[in-house]
Amino acid sequence: MNKMEKALGELGAMDELASQDSPVHRLNAAAKLLSTIAYIITVMSFGKYQLSGLIPMLLWPVLLFQISGIRVSTCFYKLRIVLPLVMAVGLFNPIFDRHILLRIGGLAVSGGVVSMITLMLKGVLCLMMSFLLVATTPFDTICAAMRQMHVPKTLVTLLLLTYRYVGVMTEELAIMTDAYHLRAPGQKGIHVSAWGSFLGQLLLRSMDRAQELYSSMLLRGYHQHFHYAPVRPFRTRDALYLMLSVGLFIALRLVDAAQLLGHVFVR
Amino acid sequence: MIIFENVSFSYERSKPVITDLSFRIDDGEAVGLIGANGAGKSTVMKLLLGLLPAEGRITVDELEVNKQNLSAVRRKLGFVLQNSDNQMFMPTVYEDMMFAPLNYMVSREEAEQRVDAVLERLGLQGLKYRHNHKLSGGEKRMAAIATILAMEPEVILMDEPTSALDPYNRRIVINAIRELDQTRIITSHDLDMIFDTCDRVILLSEGRIAADGPADVILRDRALLEANHMELPLSLCSRE
Ligand SMILES: Nc1ncnc2c1ncn2[C@@H]1O[C@H](COP(=O)(O)OP(=O)(O)OP(=O)(O)O)[C@@H](O)[C@H]1O
Ligand SMILES: [Mg+2]
Repeated sequence: MNKMEKALGELGAMDELASQDSPVHRLNAAAKLLSTIAYIITVMSFGKYQLSGLIPMLLWPVLLFQISGIRVSTCFYKLRIVLPLVMAVGLFNPIFDRHILLRIGGLAVSGGVVSMITLMLKGVLCLMMSFLLVATTPFDTICAAMRQMHVPKTLVTLLLLTYRYVGVMTEELAIMTDAYHLRAPGQKGIHVSAWGSFLGQLLLRSMDRAQELYSSMLLRGYHQHFHYAPVRPFRTRDALYLMLSVGLFIALRLVDAAQLLGHVFVR
Repeated sequence: MIIFENVSFSYERSKPVITDLSFRIDDGEAVGLIGANGAGKSTVMKLLLGLLPAEGRITVDELEVNKQNLSAVRRKLGFVLQNSDNQMFMPTVYEDMMFAPLNYMVSREEAEQRVDAVLERLGLQGLKYRHNHKLSGGEKRMAAIATILAMEPEVILMDEPTSALDPYNRRIVINAIRELDQTRIITSHDLDMIFDTCDRVILLSEGRIAADGPADVILRDRALLEANHMELPLSLCSRE
């Protein structure tokens, strides 16, 4: 099994994670989607030095991971390719922003360091919550929920097909890398001289396949309208979940819980 | 009824792939479309499905295959692709099988019944909730055939249905094809399968019809087959 196939297997395993059962899985998809969006907006709205306020936001995803029976480590493992990118976003802040923001003991901490950590944490938090949504809700169901919420049909279909297309492309890439390595034993990676034709082929092949897949959809009566499996109805507990979570986010945004806690202990 | 009248087609200008093809297939007929690699079998199917633009005239039950009639024509046709990887796009076999019936406004309950009936007929109950990307090549092929049968089309087109299948599943597919009463057009290099499933054979050679007649006659014509890169079906070898 090569790296690509493994990545693909993991993508498929997302669907499998999503088809498990837990109180979180059982929530209505629209409620989960809205709550996730609210969470991301809240996290993003924190100022660049509000690190202490941001930290308590970590509690929510950790709690949900616990309830859903999905390990946090699974999340980080699967996101290991994107995580460094998210972390890299604030990497230059310490260089540009050098004014001293606070002192811990004898250590002076510059604004840049704080804002870097804040940015990284924001990225990680948003990733965790998005992962949780996808890991507890089949992608089709998320799309169905979006349709229920009157997100334009074209946009939702585009999302769904993109999700599928990524799968097709990884599959082609896996096949090609295997074929390459079988004829270039002992070589690590793909030699630079082959990159051009490799990428070109990959694009052509995955486009061809996407084209065929699309015809296969058309041939089976597809008319820009997906018949999503019925979504779990929106029940009282979904409303409760939504209100509770959004309420909590707002509270955590307005009250700096970490600082509050700090004051309690210090005084 | 399917009619091809003087149909021509080429992917690239200079190289005709199908040249002046004419034939007619009556309702309920089972026709084997055979020929060497690159003879144009898959292309003929794609022309019929309106996936490629044909020169000339193709009609399905008096409906000409063109832009206006496309969805009406396609509703009658079920196509098993040569490459099953390109056929299945839903996460699980079950969802893939539900796709066509739901698009054709069959109720969810009825669609479920159809799915179960087809799976039982092909002995595939175990595949129902399996994830498509985790199926073996042959399982994928069986699942792809199942998705088309669940669609209950009037005409079934199969491009190499038995390639990748083990003898046991191959036999199941052959029996399933024989039991169908729809019009069937099947391409294959597995001439034994064609002999078992089709009454009539059309032999293509470089985009033209080299022979068209009863399977019993064409599949016994050693000289004709060998001239077209094929061999007598094994089941007929011993008896000639
Ligand atoms: N997308 C394409 N672009 C250009 N030429 C093509 C394309 N697809 C097929 N051809 C050419 O058209 C001819 C007929 O192809 P077709 O796929 O119909 O053959 P076939 O009879 O199905 O062969 P096989 O038994 O190998 O499946 C071949 O010479 C092939 O090279
Ligand atoms: Mg072919």
